[in-house]
Amino acid sequence: MFFKNAVGCLVLIVSFLAHAQKESMAIIEKGSYVPLYGRDSVQVDVEQFAIDVYPVTNADFKEFVKEYPEWRKSNVKALFADSNYLRHWKNDLQLKEEELPNAPVTNVSYFAAKKYCECQGKRLPTLDEWEYVAMADENTPDARIKDAYNEFILSWYEKPATFNNEIGSTFKNYWGVYDMHGLVWEWTSDFNSVLISGESRRDVDEDNNLFCGSAAIGSSDLMNYAAFMRYAFRGSIKANYAMRTLGFRCAETIDKSTEEKNENL
Amino acid sequence: MKTYNYLLIVLLLSLFACKTEGEKDVSENTTPKPEVEETTDELPGLSIYNLPTTWTNQDGEEIQLEDLKGDVLVMVMIYTSCKAACPRLVADMRNIHKKVSDKANKNTKYVFVSIDPETDTPERLKAFAEENEMDSDEYLFLRGTKEDTREFAAVLAVSYKSISPIDFSHSNIISVFDQQGVMQHQKEGLGEDDSKTVKAIEDLAN
Repeated sequence: MFFKNAVGCLVLIVSFLAHAQKESMAIIEKGSYVPLYGRDSVQVDVEQFAIDVYPVTNADFKEFVKEYPEWRKSNVKALFADSNYLRHWKNDLQLKEEELPNAPVTNVSYFAAKKYCECQGKRLPTLDEWEYVAMADENTPDARIKDAYNEFILSWYEKPATFNNEIGSTFKNYWGVYDMHGLVWEWTSDFNSVLISGESRRDVDEDNNLFCGSAAIGSSDLMNYAAFMRYAFRGSIKANYAMRTLGFRCAETIDKSTEEKNENL
Repeated sequence: MKTYNYLLIVLLLSLFACKTEGEKDVSENTTPKPEVEETTDELPGLSIYNLPTTWTNQDGEEIQLEDLKGDVLVMVMIYTSCKAACPRLVADMRNIHKKVSDKANKNTKYVFVSIDPETDTPERLKAFAEENEMDSDEYLFLRGTKEDTREFAAVLAVSYKSISPIDFSHSNIISVFDQQGVMQHQKEGLGEDDSKTVKAIEDLAN
């Protein structure tokens, strides 16, 4: 009896997991691209992986803090999140009236985002993975050369308060992923791999001799102004920052043997 | 029957249970430490000891970050094959150590965390320590998992990126932590005036 139950249960779990992944995650096929800033400014290979179709919402995050009280706003350690953490929530478990449960959760730190994904059995996407998915428009995996694509992103950067729009309200891209552009900016696992010449931190300057191999850091496509904005933004934030315009989504490695490859740490 | 169901629930829960930070690093010979004493002596919210991670030192020993509690920490992130900035960062650390009084140095640890854990084995860190005449007790060289290293860099606000198979670009920041693991001072840049850093260490360690 126990055996039968166990098997039934396992089948249920497996089918549930498979189903869940199909429902909420998109498979991104392997490929390569030249990112704005990269390893020797050459092609970056991205192995097959899965990514959430939508950003994590306020409602999703509420379930998480219900289960893990240490991540409620009254409990979170200052090391892991600054005082803006979940500022748009009335209290530990309730949103303010004007906020939408189905809008992307923002005001979350890197640590909180990372933990959330780990607790779903997932992880944050790497910067390279995120950018790889984000360069797709509705019909093509790499739309970066299209004027309309770049204009769409830049026009979003000018729009106020898009963080309170519901998920799925922007376009569905080539991979079946929504809202990579148009609602919020998103955390990546190695956001702190961005060192841009002339960025505000004083220890990173343009003197190539001072930095290990910094001659290799430079923009490979300065025309890509939208991406430049994202990299500059990542280079300016710290892991405990909670910001109104910054949310996240999770990713998952499909073939565990390629786990390390997309990290590029 | 009831017990079976109970077992099933446990099984289900364990499938969905969240991995804690400490479990990520599978180490063979660490003995689990009792956590009861925590209640009497709660850590400040900003303490780096809230981040439970396991590291390996230059002698190949596993240590928990929290084992360093009680000392002032001067921390920097480097990689040993670096030829450009790291030797200068290391020199900066040595100069700070030299300027700090012997008395304060007794309560201070100078910690180098590798951003290239694949290359920087304990043996390599040990050799690096000896080459740089940093083999006394005050110096500690650590390596962790890639993921813990990335997270630790996030705590120190250090950025780094692998830019070729052997090189990284990284920011040059020396951080000073008090006995409870709270960051009290950061020095950014190379070869800059270190008098504030020295004073911060003296004030904390005495």
